[in-house]
Amino acid sequence: MTRAIKREAIMTTDLHSNWYPIASSSDLPNRHVYQAQLLGREFAVWRADDGYVNVWENRCLHRGVRLSIGINDGQELKCQYHGWRYANRTAGCTYIPAHPADAPSRTICNNTYPAQEAHGMVWAGEMAVGEVPALDGFEAATVLRPIPLNAPQEMVSNSLLAYSFADGCSGAPNEDGSVTITAGDGAAVRFYVQPVNSNHSVIRGILNKELTGSERLSSLKLHDWKLQELRSKVEAEAAQSEPLAPMEPVFARVSELLSELPHETTDGRTAELRVTVAEKSMTAEGIVSLRFDSIKGQLPTFQPGAHIDVHLQNGLIRQYSLTNGPGETDHYTIGVKREPDSRGGSVSIHDEVKKGDLLAVSAPRNNFPLRRDAVHTIFVAGGIGVTPLISMARTLNSQGHSFEFHYFVQSKNHAAFKQEMGEFDKALTLHEGLSPDETGAKLRQVLSAPGDSRHVYICGPGPMLEATRDIADAQGWPDGAIHFEYFKNTTELDDSNSFQLDLARSAMTLDVPAGKTILEVLRENGINMASSCEQGACGTCRVGVIEGDVIHQDVYLSPGEKAEGKSIMTCVSRAASDRLILDI
Amino acid sequence: MPEFTCKDPVALNLWHVIASVEEVADGSVQRTQLLGDQVAFTQRADGDFIVWRPTDSNSDSVPSDPAVLLPVQQKYGYIWTTFGTPEHDIFAIPEFDESDRRNIHAATFGVHVSAPRAIENFLDMGHFPYVHTDILGAEPHTEVKEYYVDVSEERDEIVATNCKFWQPIAAAGSTDGADVDYIYRVPHPYCSVLYKSCPGEESRLDAIAVFVQPVDEEHVRAHMMLTLIDEVSADTAIRLFQQTIFGQDKPILENQYPKRLPLDPRAETPIRADKSAIAYRRWLTGKGITYGVIPSAA
Repeated sequence: MTRAIKREAIMTTDLHSNWYPIASSSDLPNRHVYQAQLLGREFAVWRADDGYVNVWENRCLHRGVRLSIGINDGQELKCQYHGWRYANRTAGCTYIPAHPADAPSRTICNNTYPAQEAHGMVWAGEMAVGEVPALDGFEAATVLRPIPLNAPQEMVSNSLLAYSFADGCSGAPNEDGSVTITAGDGAAVRFYVQPVNSNHSVIRGILNKELTGSERLSSLKLHDWKLQELRSKVEAEAAQSEPLAPMEPVFARVSELLSELPHETTDGRTAELRVTVAEKSMTAEGIVSLRFDSIKGQLPTFQPGAHIDVHLQNGLIRQYSLTNGPGETDHYTIGVKREPDSRGGSVSIHDEVKKGDLLAVSAPRNNFPLRRDAVHTIFVAGGIGVTPLISMARTLNSQGHSFEFHYFVQSKNHAAFKQEMGEFDKALTLHEGLSPDETGAKLRQVLSAPGDSRHVYICGPGPMLEATRDIADAQGWPDGAIHFEYFKNTTELDDSNSFQLDLARSAMTLDVPAGKTILEVLRENGINMASSCEQGACGTCRVGVIEGDVIHQDVYLSPGEKAEGKSIMTCVSRAASDRLILDI
Repeated sequence: MPEFTCKDPVALNLWHVIASVEEVADGSVQRTQLLGDQVAFTQRADGDFIVWRPTDSNSDSVPSDPAVLLPVQQKYGYIWTTFGTPEHDIFAIPEFDESDRRNIHAATFGVHVSAPRAIENFLDMGHFPYVHTDILGAEPHTEVKEYYVDVSEERDEIVATNCKFWQPIAAAGSTDGADVDYIYRVPHPYCSVLYKSCPGEESRLDAIAVFVQPVDEEHVRAHMMLTLIDEVSADTAIRLFQQTIFGQDKPILENQYPKRLPLDPRAETPIRADKSAIAYRRWLTGKGITYGVIPSAA
């Protein structure tokens, strides 16, 4: 008895670390989602428009609905039940429609499995590593039609050894568990048996000849016929024996943080990713675009509006928005304008960073989330402020939502990312070389019609951003419909007062002296806070305020949010009262 | 009498709907399944409904010994029975007795899913634009706004209030979409009642109840009862509407996996919109119910 159990345990381990074909490449036509099964576990298998084949747990993390009934839009897979969207490659959730104003936590990620496409088939394994089996002698091949059977894998494999499709056939098992049948004339078929679950299998065969036309059809027919014969025999044999106990796949539990409602934050200003500069090119006058590729593993999921911290070779840390469209998950792209007067970040990128360089970057953070529940969205971009808005507009465009894109530039030569913008077609209007007054007049025209479920996203230089916000306000746009992101905070910061800080959840009382920020005091006391720009522009270090008045010195919160006093940017803002109670 | 297949005392001691009274209108003997066991029922000549467990799978003879009959109640147009001794009477739906309302049995739907999964779907607004497209919701209006959930200790039921959802045809005759108000009650582990704005009368609410009959742990018959203030629509039109809605939910429910409702908080990922479902799962955990759920290991 002991021996039997041991043997089974070893077999299970082997089974789970093997590669198996789970589908033919032809099972994945354009924008289809294929349902596969291996060792009792269901997979949703889908090919994105860029060709990548995704093999995921066939279960939405939210309410357990099969993703194989979902929608493949070429970039993302959308769950049929609540419209949650999962990104190509990463399987990270990019959007939760029930909460359009929130950016989903990037750790909401579906279970993915190792997958490769080779020899005309899709291969997967729960814990497969390395490469799929090399098939020497099958470089030019024809994939046979798959044959499903009601019989256990081992029984099917054994019976395949006696398979005969021509004169002089002999069968031999291979190390990877497959079976090769070679005929007298050198024609050979290699069979893999996909263990669907305990008592079901699929025979997937490859012929060592690339056949076309009628020759291919007659060969497929011959093997169909022979394999159906084998199927009848094996199924009859299986019906005689006691069925094996069903395989019960274990579903990984979601992380503890995700099982609760509040948001999580990632700690500190860290650069956990290493990337190479795969491309660097001028995209407009004074604007360079950089493409970052991962050195190892998959880059984390981003959402439109997200930025990354780039740690530069000269020690500076700078924030740049991603311009990627949905589904572009194998790289990050940023755009950087040369600002000779700034603190040296952009100059370093323009002059020092070269193609092939290694850089440290943070995972994407999204403090500028895009609502996708607007009936119409207006984007207003000024100069290099276009970058986050490109990613947003590409997302709306791909989902067929209504939007218009106004791009204010000095001249045509200053318009960046023309190729990506080309996707927007008539929705794009380029406004060239307008004076501040002309810009104001144009904006009044653009923002003339506020209304229900209409939203505006603005990013650009400070004065233009402020002008746009004032115009929107004057034309009756509600505070909640105007979304903006500053590049930097030009507010003159005052850190001359001192006050007491109570941390409600950590039960700590701290003193913030003049000359120190709340963020610094928190860190000194061992509270690891997430932050990014550390100048009140990006929103990463936002914390809830339970009691006390705040001197807001940031440019992230809207006037309404500042008046409400329910949150504070700990990197620049301070208490107006003697005491501030924070929700930490 | 053989033992019951269901071993969960909580489920055994509940009242369950097994059929609409319309199912035996002709006095015939009908059969259905409850908690994994066959039950037969009919209406006697005196008008009373009787329910029993048939001993012979082929015979439809009415038992002569009254001792083998199961407890029965006729309420809200349905036949209710129990395999145990319920602690509470069947929950109240006071609207049912208002004289100017129409009470309609809209549908009985068989679904290959557990009863608690069906209840969660009934409580859920977030799926309206995706599953009931252009009827109960439409993209891009997908937001589930903040609402309140309470567990009433006194009545032992979950109540979700201040629920609002944008609907394309908010009321009969309106051409524009608008937010529609909902209230949800879960007074029974396998039953729920929702109230929504009534197109005819602003101050009152239409009610829709779902009584889910657990055929076994992973199969149900969902009985839908409406109590409306509506003097215009024909019964057939009202039924067709509800059947369309339920017909859209059925394939989703049948593709939920696992079919039993996992009560482990880490089995699935809730969001704020799922507040009522979270309260429901906790409430079920508190009751110690095991039938149709995967209890939390802890």
